[in-house]
Amino acid sequence: MADTFTFSLVSPERELVSEEVSSVVVPGAEGDFGVLPNHAPVIARLRPGLVTVTKDGEVKRYFVYHGFAEVTQSSLSVLAEDAQPVEELKGDGLADKIKDAEEDVSVAKDALEKALAEEILSHLKAVEDTLAAL
Amino acid sequence: MASLKELRNRIDSVKNTQKITKAMQMVAAAKLRRAQDAAEAARPYSERMDAVLGNLAAAMATMPGAPALLAGNGKSDRHLLVVATAERGLCGGFNSSISKLARAKALELKAQGKDVKLLCVGKKGYDALKREFRSDIVDVVDLSAVRQLGFNDAHDIGTKLITMFEADEFDVCTIFYNKFESVISQVPTAQQIIPAFFPTADNDEDKTVHVYDYEPDEKAILNDLLPRNVSVQVFKALLENGASEQGARMSAMDNATRNAGEMIDSLTILYNRSRQAQITKELIEIISGAEAL
Repeated sequence: MADTFTFSLVSPERELVSEEVSSVVVPGAEGDFGVLPNHAPVIARLRPGLVTVTKDGEVKRYFVYHGFAEVTQSSLSVLAEDAQPVEELKGDGLADKIKDAEEDVSVAKDALEKALAEEILSHLKAVEDTLAAL
Repeated sequence: MASLKELRNRIDSVKNTQKITKAMQMVAAAKLRRAQDAAEAARPYSERMDAVLGNLAAAMATMPGAPALLAGNGKSDRHLLVVATAERGLCGGFNSSISKLARAKALELKAQGKDVKLLCVGKKGYDALKREFRSDIVDVVDLSAVRQLGFNDAHDIGTKLITMFEADEFDVCTIFYNKFESVISQVPTAQQIIPAFFPTADNDEDKTVHVYDYEPDEKAILNDLLPRNVSVQVFKALLENGASEQGARMSAMDNATRNAGEMIDSLTILYNRSRQAQITKELIEIISGAEAL
C-alpha cells in the first residue's frame, strides 16, 4: 500500500503546491478532517482556516479562504479562492482580512448576511489565535 | 517630383514611426510572455473546477430543484452579452473582431424578438458598440487602471453578474472574448456562462468514476460553487483575452515595422535616384555652358 498521496493546492491565479505527502488536515465546513492515503472520495466545502500538510515528518501550513476540497483515493486537491503559506500571511495579511470581515459585519443588510459575515470573522479570529500560539 | 529635402523629411519620419512600432512590438512580446504564464497558471484551477462541477451537475441533473445558475430560470428571452475587449488600440483586428461577433449576435437575437443587454469590459468594445447599442449598454467595466489582472477584478464582475441575475434582469449570459491560440491566431469566442454549461465529462480516457461523499450535501456545495464558477469563467476569459491582446499587438506591430522598412527602402531608392538626376542635370548645365563659350 502506498503511504503517500498527491496533494495539490490551487488558487485561481496559480498552483501553489503539487507534491507527494503522507497526511493532510483540512478545515472542512463541518469540522476538520484528516486525509490519509486511500481516503474515501469526498467533495467538501472548506471554511477559512489552515491546511496542515505533513510530508516526511515535516509540517507545513497553508491558509485557505473560500475553497473546497476534492478527495479521491490517490489524491487530494484543495481549490481555494485565496491560498497562501502561513509564512506569507504573518504580519498584515490576516489583520487586513479581519478588518474587512469586521466591516462586512457592520454593513450587513439583514440578519442572514450578518450571521454569515460573523461566521467568517470568527473563523479568521480562530486562525489568528492558532497562529499566535505557534 | 518631390524635392530632395521633402524626401529626406519623409524618410526620417517613417524611420521614427518604425522605431515606435518596433518598441511597441518588443513591449508586447515581453507582456505576452507574462500574460501567457498567467493564463497557464490559472488553468489547473478552472480545469478542476469544471471537473468537480461537471460531476456534481451530472448528479444533480436527475434531481428536481437544481439551482437556477445551473438549470437556468426556464426562459431565454433576455440576453446579457458581456463583451470583453482591450483598453488600448493598435492591436490589429483584436478589438474589432470581438465587437463584430458581439454585434452579429446582438442583431441576431434582436431579430428573434429577444431582449438584448450589453455589458462592456474594456473601453474599446464600448467605443465600437456605443453608437449602435447605446441604450442597451447597461454597464462599462474599466480595467485601464489594472496593471496585472487579479482574480479580484474578475470576481467583481462575477458578483455584478450574479446580482443582476438574482434581481431577474436577464435569463442568459454569454461572454465574448478572444481565445488565445497562438501569436498569429486569436479566435473570437462566445461562451455561455449563465446558466452554466459543462462539456460532457464522459470521455473515454477518464473511466474511473468516483462516487463521492458530499459534505455538506450536493445542493449546498453546488449553491456555493456555482456563483464562484461564474467568476472563474470570467477570470479565464479575461486572461485569455489579455494574452490574445498582446499576441495581436505583437503581430500587428511586427507588420507595421516591416511595412515601414519597405517604405524606407523604396523612399531611399527614390531619394538616391533624384539626387543622381539632379547631379547629372547640374553637370550637363556646366558642360553645355562651357561648350557655348
